[in-house]
Amino acid sequence: MELKEKLISSFMAFEEKIADVNNDLHDIRTSAIKNFENKGFPTKKEEAWKYTSLNAILKNDFSVFAKNENTVEFAEVKKYFLNDVDTYKVIFIDGKFSSYLSSTTHDGLDVCLMSSALTKPKYKMVIDEYFNKIANSDDSLTSLNTAFSHEGAYVNIPKSKVVEKPIEIIYFSTGSEAALMTQPRNLIVVGENSHVQIVERHQSLNNNPVLTNSVTEIFAKKRAIADYYKIQNDLQTANLIDNTYISQKQDSHVSVHTFSFGGNITRNNLNFYHQGEHIDSTLKGITIIGDKQHVDHYTLVQHATPNCESHQNYKTILDGNSTGVFNGKIFVEKEAQKTDAFQQNNNILLSDKATINAKPQLEIFADDVKCSHGCTIGQLDENAMFYMQQRGIGKKEAKALLMYAFTSEVTNSVKIPELRAKIARIIADKLGVNMGFDL
Amino acid sequence: MLSIKNLHASVEDKEILKGINLEIKAGEVHAIMGPNGAGKSTLSSIIAGNENYEVSEGEIILEGEDISELAPEERAHKGVFLSFQYPVEIPGVSVTNFIKTAINESRKARGEEDMPANEMLKLIREKSELLEMDRKFLSRSLNEGFSGGEKKRNEIFQMAMLEPKLAILDETDSGLDIDALRIVANGVNKLKNEKNAVLVITHYQRLLDYIVPDFVHVLMDGKIVKSGDASLALELEEKGYDWIKNELV
Repeated sequence: MELKEKLISSFMAFEEKIADVNNDLHDIRTSAIKNFENKGFPTKKEEAWKYTSLNAILKNDFSVFAKNENTVEFAEVKKYFLNDVDTYKVIFIDGKFSSYLSSTTHDGLDVCLMSSALTKPKYKMVIDEYFNKIANSDDSLTSLNTAFSHEGAYVNIPKSKVVEKPIEIIYFSTGSEAALMTQPRNLIVVGENSHVQIVERHQSLNNNPVLTNSVTEIFAKKRAIADYYKIQNDLQTANLIDNTYISQKQDSHVSVHTFSFGGNITRNNLNFYHQGEHIDSTLKGITIIGDKQHVDHYTLVQHATPNCESHQNYKTILDGNSTGVFNGKIFVEKEAQKTDAFQQNNNILLSDKATINAKPQLEIFADDVKCSHGCTIGQLDENAMFYMQQRGIGKKEAKALLMYAFTSEVTNSVKIPELRAKIARIIADKLGVNMGFDL
Repeated sequence: MLSIKNLHASVEDKEILKGINLEIKAGEVHAIMGPNGAGKSTLSSIIAGNENYEVSEGEIILEGEDISELAPEERAHKGVFLSFQYPVEIPGVSVTNFIKTAINESRKARGEEDMPANEMLKLIREKSELLEMDRKFLSRSLNEGFSGGEKKRNEIFQMAMLEPKLAILDETDSGLDIDALRIVANGVNKLKNEKNAVLVITHYQRLLDYIVPDFVHVLMDGKIVKSGDASLALELEEKGYDWIKNELV
């Protein structure tokens, strides 16, 4: 049976199994599965998926639920955590919550499970107000996730709360299924004047194929600050479709950094919607891939209100037969005067067989705005290589240092020092060098 | 120290050096002068190992060893330093981190341990004072947004840190105001000793007022056409390069 049919036919069983009887949810899920049934998986015929084909991965015989409760030892997965800093942790194994690895809280803020939030009465008001409110119900993969939405991280921060500890959200796949598809669903609500830092990661623990179709909704209320970091350093048998939707109210600042180093096919759909003035949105990413890896960044910033800013900066280094895609759409509505939208996308190709498809898309309907975009595609600067080699730095190290330098604009804006160090280490590791210093 | 014999080199099939012979002994300062396009910068790049040039004939011998097949970093490990005419900007890597990496990579290549951190700091302080460099300068990204003078001063700072046997200064005076020129020249003179050698590549005589050469060579159309002592530089300044051209005819 094809995956699409398998998913549709599993839907009833899924709803029965989770039994979170709630008519509103049932209606949301039912209409979502119908939309998925109508649209199916996206194909390259759609403009938005022109450069990314899911065909090959959809041929896997994915299980749509893990059969068993699986456990992993902390020692086995310790390296995937931020160990040098105290954090809240919401951890999942094969799509199921792991209380053993997690460190949740209800003390002044809620850092807990979507499955509780969707079922317990005390969360109902928040769920009614925010759940599935900005996720694009037209999008087939988002609909698929909504239909099977049940588990994930639920974070609700009341007003005027600076959350001191970063929150780590990690999804582990153990490989107990020959192939597994999961549908994680996260909801983050950041109250007025509040501040939170979140790190999200998806990690396979062995080489059995994985397809993760994740949806995250983030709501930043007035003057809220949210910094969200995505570490994509998975095995090359893992595939990730990340759909992140962000709604910002007046004076809020939200940043999303996406670090894509691993995985087979990774698609990041990142959408920002503005609802208020003086909003600041930051979208940054570093992609370093090789072999036959594929990373597609599809970003949208919808400027709907005046006096807002958005800053995009994506750096890509491609080696081997890898493919990168950057499709950055900035939409400035007629009312959004004095918008300041900036977009930059720099790409380095290390191999003749690597490909980048870069497509900035600016649609501007207001007449008093500042929008700029720049896109470069090049190789490593030979003069810079010679300069460093002349100072005694070997070719491999010089190359690595140049790549470090190339990505530094993005790494430098990571606000958690321990995370910045970790990312510097991952990059050094990826480039096969020990630089002896952190950026 | 350095012995160049019948060196021919080309880039993209265009012959630029047409048989260079040059002998530099330890403790000496040599200057190579010549008009634009004579091949001065090509010669310095080739000694340092720039792979964009093809050496078709001849030898470059450093302390008895032919280095013409070695990679640029291997020549650096053996003590060749080139102060670039146009130092490259490397955003995201500080001056301090860059020089630390350079020193430790050279030490590693020679089978030595990394330089202890306190020793490194002391050396950085000492050498940056010699070049009258501001401390803030050291934490800035390498050459990024530096003025012409700052870039050259930073080159000589790196030279001071690396203590090369053979230092090649390629048009180090270009872009320098008179104060910076004095500081840079003073730095070079302080580093000069019996065991190392300096090769100054310059279009103008100005720098040679401060770094006084033992020998001056005139490079024209890929060949050294005349050699002499420091007075040759003054003569060139006065009479221009056409004088030599005429003399050759």
